[in-house]
Amino acid sequence: MKVIEKKSNNPIECEAPNMRETGESKWKLLRYLIVGVLFGIVFVKAEVISWFRIQEMFRLQSFFMYGVIGSAILVGIISIQLIKRLGIKTLEGEPIKIADKEFRKGQVIGGFLFGLGWALTGACPGPLFAQIGSGFSVVLVTLLSAIAGTWVYGRFADKLPN
Amino acid sequence: MEQIVEWIRQPWPWYVAGPLIGLTVPALLIIGNKSFGISSSLRHVCAACMPANIPFFQYDWKKEIWNILFVVGIFLGGLIASLFLSNPDAIVIAASTQQDLSELGIADFNSLLPADIFSWANLFSLKGLFFFVIGGFLVGFGTRYAGGCTSGHAIMGISNLQWPSLLATIFFMAGGFVMTHLFLPLIMSWVGF
Repeated sequence: MKVIEKKSNNPIECEAPNMRETGESKWKLLRYLIVGVLFGIVFVKAEVISWFRIQEMFRLQSFFMYGVIGSAILVGIISIQLIKRLGIKTLEGEPIKIADKEFRKGQVIGGFLFGLGWALTGACPGPLFAQIGSGFSVVLVTLLSAIAGTWVYGRFADKLPN
Repeated sequence: MEQIVEWIRQPWPWYVAGPLIGLTVPALLIIGNKSFGISSSLRHVCAACMPANIPFFQYDWKKEIWNILFVVGIFLGGLIASLFLSNPDAIVIAASTQQDLSELGIADFNSLLPADIFSWANLFSLKGLFFFVIGGFLVGFGTRYAGGCTSGHAIMGISNLQWPSLLATIFFMAGGFVMTHLFLPLIMSWVGF
């Protein structure tokens, strides 16, 4: 496990570290809840949480999911380029920082294992939460199992090739 | 107004949904310097609830509480969309997919997920073991080993032109193709479809 040097004294940082320099009040944290709600509504309304849509994608029988992911990436690329080139800051005026992703063998092995699970469950982690919310309560079991999988990875992280 | 509600209730096309999902990237960055990523939330749950002195879970998870709120929001968004904005009609999927899945034994094509698989009655059966327990485990273990999921790598990582994220995404897809075309037919017949 790579340890990233940062001002904080946390020994380990996350893959998607929180780059914010100052703390946030409880009210300000609610903004992430609201973004999540909007995001969840899009997930359900575009039916990307559907097991059938994932099957269409992996059977190459519909363009739909490729259109969703492709256009999301395109908008993401343009947004990040604009943020970098125009030097756009956060609402509180902090410079925006994005951590680089470093190559690890896990991206190949773990990525492949996740792909196997993606086609079985019809969900990546985000849609799992939206599936439960939209009434498929048994997916709670899938979520608990995903948390267990995360824990088992953490337990044996130092013994796996990386 | 009624027309707007009617339009919202219809399934949204990819060119509406995709850009909205993509806008999550700048939204989180501008609101508070947060990189879009969802699977990390599972790690924070482990760190908060059962760290068990494992180094991988020894970090200040409270600093990442925004990520937990974000996924709680996704859950609530799913709830709101299904309660107030749901499409009254059955889902429309590609005819070829419907035919392939019928041949594998799926009979329910009415809602977003087939009830043949996703019901509590299947929990303590081979169906539940594969589709919930093993499937979920692979999602949690695989995303953490890969350092991200579709959101963190495929959308956030590629948007930031990170080649390891492109590599991860290629292997997400490879795993999905192998499961769908090689293992799924075997698993489906084995679990009793």
